[in-house]
Parts: sequence; C-alpha cells; structure tokens
Amino acid sequence: MSREMTGAQMIVEALKDQGVEVIFGYPGGAVLPIYDELFHQDVVQHILVRHEQGAAHAAEGYARSSGKVGVLLVTSGPGATNTVTGLTDALMDSIPVVCITGQVPTHLIGSDAFQECDTVGITRHCTKHNYLVRSIEELPRVLHEAFYVAMSGRPGPVVIDIPKDVQFARGTYAPPRGVHHKTYQPKLDADVELVREAVRMMVSAKRPIFYTGGGVINSGPAASTLLRELVGLTDFPVTSTLMGLGAYPASGKNWLGMLGMHGTFEANNAMHGCDLMVAVGARFDDRITGRLDAFSPGSKKIHIDIDRSSINKNVKVDLAMVGDCAHVLESLVRVWRAEAAQAEKQPLDSWWRQIGEWRDRKSLAFRNSDKVIKPQYAVQRLYALTKDRDVYITTEVGQHQMWAAQHYHFEEPNRWMTSGGLGTMGYGLPAAIGAQLAHPKSLVIDIAGEASILMNMQEMSTAIQYRLPVKIFILNNEYMGMVRQWQELLHGGRYSHSYSEALPDFVKLAEAYGARGIRCSNPADLDQAILDMIDYDGPVLFDCVVEKSENCFPMIPSGKAHNDMLLADLSDDAGIEIGSIIDEKGKMLV
Amino acid sequence: MNAPASPPSPYSSPSARSNVETHTLSVLVDNEPGVLARVVGLFSGRGYNIESLTVAEVAHAEHLSRITVVTSGTPETIEQIHHQLERIVPVRQVTDLTLTKRSLERELAMVKVRGRGENRNDALRLAEAFRAHIVDATTESFIFELTGRPDKIDEFVDLMRPIGLVEVSRTGVAAISRGPEPI
Repeated sequence: MSREMTGAQMIVEALKDQGVEVIFGYPGGAVLPIYDELFHQDVVQHILVRHEQGAAHAAEGYARSSGKVGVLLVTSGPGATNTVTGLTDALMDSIPVVCITGQVPTHLIGSDAFQECDTVGITRHCTKHNYLVRSIEELPRVLHEAFYVAMSGRPGPVVIDIPKDVQFARGTYAPPRGVHHKTYQPKLDADVELVREAVRMMVSAKRPIFYTGGGVINSGPAASTLLRELVGLTDFPVTSTLMGLGAYPASGKNWLGMLGMHGTFEANNAMHGCDLMVAVGARFDDRITGRLDAFSPGSKKIHIDIDRSSINKNVKVDLAMVGDCAHVLESLVRVWRAEAAQAEKQPLDSWWRQIGEWRDRKSLAFRNSDKVIKPQYAVQRLYALTKDRDVYITTEVGQHQMWAAQHYHFEEPNRWMTSGGLGTMGYGLPAAIGAQLAHPKSLVIDIAGEASILMNMQEMSTAIQYRLPVKIFILNNEYMGMVRQWQELLHGGRYSHSYSEALPDFVKLAEAYGARGIRCSNPADLDQAILDMIDYDGPVLFDCVVEKSENCFPMIPSGKAHNDMLLADLSDDAGIEIGSIIDEKGKMLV
Repeated sequence: MNAPASPPSPYSSPSARSNVETHTLSVLVDNEPGVLARVVGLFSGRGYNIESLTVAEVAHAEHLSRITVVTSGTPETIEQIHHQLERIVPVRQVTDLTLTKRSLERELAMVKVRGRGENRNDALRLAEAFRAHIVDATTESFIFELTGRPDKIDEFVDLMRPIGLVEVSRTGVAAISRGPEPI
C-alpha cells in the first residue's frame, strides 16, 4: 500500500519491510532526520558503535552468522570514509551488506561543503553497487533494489548515499513487490548437460577431491547439506578454504582440513596429486594455489561458481558450471544418484591409502610445553572446552587466525567469521558484536592477537552498552606474529617495527571499560581460566600470554608449490632454518 | 638502456605477454549517472588497457547507452574483461565484436594541416584519395574530416606529417555487427 511520507520515514519503513531487526550506526549532521525517525519506533534496534569501521564489520558479522543482510547507517564525509575498509572487506568475502550514508543537501554537492565527500566515487571500487539518490521519487525503488543486489547472485556490499534534503522531502512510498531488476538477474542453475558431463568425470576419477569455499556458506545451509550428501555418495575427500570452514564437518571422515598457505599436508598434497578437482564456490585465490604454474598439474578441474568472472581467472578449468552452489549441488546429487549406480565408479582405495600416509605426517603437530602456553595448545583447549556449546568464532588477522583455523574445528556453516580476502586486522571484535546480536543466547568468541585487537578496541564500549557477553581470547605473543614470522623468513630476523611495544595491561583495560579481565600465562591454569571466561555473564578480555617466537606451520612459502611445504621440526627447539628457502622471486610475493 | 625490469607478476603465467590481441567490445549499459566511471574504473582498477573508448546514448526512451571499447591483452585477459564488465550492475550486455568476425569499425578524425605552395597541393591530392572532406580552410591551412577504419586514419595522419601536420582530433572507434541482427 502506497503512502505519503518523508524520505527519512521511507528509509525506516523500508528497513522494516525488508525484515531488518538490527542496524549498526553512528549519528551525524547529514543523517539527523533518519535518526529522528529511528527515535519514534522500536521495530529496528539501533546499535551505536564507537567507530564507523566497527559498524561495517559488525554488520558483516551479523550477516555471516545469520544469513541475512547486515545494515549500517553513517553520516556523510568521515562517517562514509570510515566504512571503506569494512565495505572492501565485505566485497572481498562476498558478504551482503547495505550501508546507508548521509550526504550534504543536493544543492551543496560539489561545493566542498562541511563533511562532504564524493561517497559514491570513493566507494565505487569497494562495493558491488552504489547509489546517489538525487530525488525523493527514486528513493523507495533504490532502497528495495539495494537489498536485492546485496543479497542475490554473489553477495556483496551496497551503498545508498542520501542527501539531507531528500531525507526531508515528501513523496510516495511503496513496499517491495518482488524486485525485478532490469539488468541484474544472476543465473542460478547450471545446464543439465554440463551436470551430466561433470558426473561422468567424477565417476571415472581415480584420485578426486572436493575443494570448497565461502560460496557454499553464502549459498545458504541447503548447500552445506547437499555438499555433505554428495561427499557421502561419492566418498571423495574434501578440503576447504579459510572462508568455507564448516560447510563440511571437521569430524567427517572425508575431511582433510584446510588447504592453502597454512593448510594441512594431506589437503595440499591431495590437491597437488589429484586427477580431478571439483571446486565448489571457491575462487583459486593466491593463498590457495601457491605457485600457479605448479598448481595441481595433473588434474582435470571442474568449477562451480555463481560469478562467471571467477572462472578461468587464475586457473584454467576444464568444465565450468555457472550457478548457485545449492542449485548445482542439488543437480549433481540427483544426476549422480540416477546415473552413477550403473556406471563404473572407480575404486578409491589406493587414493585413500595415499591420503592416509599424508595424514600420518600429522602436519599440525607442535612441540608443547609445560612452562609456557603454546598458542596452538591454547586454541586446542579453547576448542575442547567450548565445542559442545552453541558457539560462534570470529578472528582478527595474523598467526592467531591461522591457528584458530587449524585447531578450532567447525561442524556447521555460519559459525566461523574471519576476514579472508582483505585480511583486515580489527575485524574480529566488531564482527563478534554483530554475531552476538544475531544470536543473543550463544557463546561468541573473538580469537584475537594483541596487535589486531587494539585496532578496534573501542568497540568494547559497544559490547558493554548493549550487555553483549562477547569473549575476546587474545593470543598475546607481544609481536605482530605473522609479520615477525615473515621477517624471520625473508629479512634475516630483523624485526622492524613488529614488536608490540607499550602494550596496555589488558586486565586493567577490560576493567576500565567495565568488562572482566583475565590473564593466564601458565599452561596448568589455562583450562580453569577458560572456564571462568565462559562462565562470566558479560564481556571478557582474556589475555592469554603465549610463546613469543612460535611460527605458524605448516606453510607453503611464497613462490612454492603445494608439494613443497614447510613442516614444523618437532625435534629442535629453534624451529627450522627457513631463511634460505624462499628464493628471490618468492620474496616479491606477499 | 637499462630500464629496471618490472617485477614478474606473481599471479600470472610466465607466457602472459606472448600473445597479446586487440579486441573491440560493445557494452550496452543503462544510461545512469556514474556508469561510465564504473566501466573505466574497472579497467584502471584491474590494470587492463584501454586503446580507445567511445560512449553515447543510443536509445533515449530506454535510457540505453552504448560504450565501444578497444582493449588489448591475452585471450585469457580479454575473457576476464568481458566477464568483469558483465558483473557491473547497470551493464545489460557485453559483446566481443572481434570474436564475431563480422563487425564494422569506424572512426572519425579531424586533421589540421598547415602549408603553402607544393605542400598545399599534395595535401589536397592525398585528401581526395582518402575521401577526406575539407571542413575549414585558410590561405595557409586546411582542416580535413575523415572517416574510416583506425588504420586508414593512421595512414592519412602519417602522410600529412611531412606536409605540415598541426594537430589531430579523433573520436575513437564505433563498431557494429554486420547483417540484419542486433548484437
């Protein structure tokens, strides 16, 4: 039913009509009319962040843990520019986000007005699409279209820039009526003939592997269920990117662990040695492939992706199916059931025997200690003590992120939120806040590093204000650990500016915010300290003091192939000499 | 002579530079603010080449504009450009006219030439041979208007250079497929 109202009212009405329950935001001059409308209602809960970057990551955490669109509302100028990192992060990781920015009145645009910036110009490269709303007539359409674009196809962030005079103007609002976008209509189903051909290739494979990614998670829970079904039918081994963890359960017998730069020995060797790779919602990122010209040299490759431009971008594939993971997996399951029974399926015994040998290398093993907490041990204990709960994990970026991916195991999709593509330090705490708002009764833990956490530490206030009991588990090694590790590998151990000097006392810092602080440095005390953290009804900053010089293994050094991994040397305290392993060409890579 | 070797791109195959082709892409877009910036920004942001670019509205009622872009790269890069363009929300259709093999390409140039005596006569004779029109003349200069394939215009400009070429303004390539069907 169409009604007359102001632009600001339309924005709030559209949020309600789109089913938005929570938005993250920060007020300012150019969004005051919208904030005034928020004041008059209680359907949409507004969460006041402490920095607009926090709003963007919180919206991401909310979106990824719930499968809904994350929404943020910020003012013009600095409000908009502060969201750029979060928007880029959402673009790289395909997270549906709608960001409403205020803008100076239309007659002032281009005059370098106070708090003016070219928001659509600045965000054009870090959004899936963006709009500058120039008149009240187009506002309702743009609001609904933005949600459609953010959510459909390969999801991503959308910015709606709304000048203040448009917020005050009156016009006619119409609720969404099945948006039919005239140009943007992603294809969901793959051609049946391609599915048949894929099944034929899968039936005759002797050394197959599923390589799955974040697209399986983004496609929705049905995709994960279908993936499990297809793995069950085919008995193929399955590995996943960082973004795809949880789509296939870590306890499943076909699970090889994560692949890539810090992936397991068995996953990377299986990728290298396979004769058929089935990539599902994964994009052959450089962290995954390592040296491209030595990437899985002997395999045929099938690629399922909703984004046509992901196909043949980095790696040429033999069969591409453009479509939504759930739709294509459903077709594969159906055709496999109908046709594979009578076909000659190759026995996979010798392939599994080979994988068993790789597994026996136990590439995630590390030398534990009873004097100092090893970071891997800390994550293992955190996992053991929380795995039977309803838990959501976020991370910051660095060594702790990789240890979390290696040693925390996920059984379900949407439980793991991490900045994969952009690698944004400071992602984890606001993302945890977003996840906690989507799941108020669940246990939400940000596995953090002491350097990353300081990048968005201010969001502790948000957690306190809204009584969000997020747990921040800091693996504190007093280094930007991954930077330090690379300086050890590449730059002769000259630790240029990677030491975390002048750290705050995290326990006192927690108390200053009104949260609980816990410090633990003794392995014997760790379990009880973790239990104290879980049991505390409120936010906790856990300062887990860990081994300072631990490196993250296994590792594919830059410029090397999957079968050229570095494994931890368990016999030698000093670790392995790796300074000479990366060649000149590899040093140029990151 | 010792230009610093550019670092090899870590993510492209070593043979990346060996088979560079030039392709003409026709991009039909919704004529909305910023759409050209999206297309151009895609090329600059991802490091693709633009050799020529033309844009104009072609159907006012439908808000339809046609962008013709001439780009170069390996076949893999051209394929990427094609699909990256398709990802832009207001892009309706992308056609690689070079792959269709049946397309016409035309460019318009205005060429200013200055000279007296024998040079002036040479310029006029060559212009006639190239079917260029005189659109402006003074006692010591001509401006020729010339339409044709880009290589024909290159050729004409090269011939004018020793005669007294002053400056050239070119529109860039417009292209269309042959036959009764639309692209």
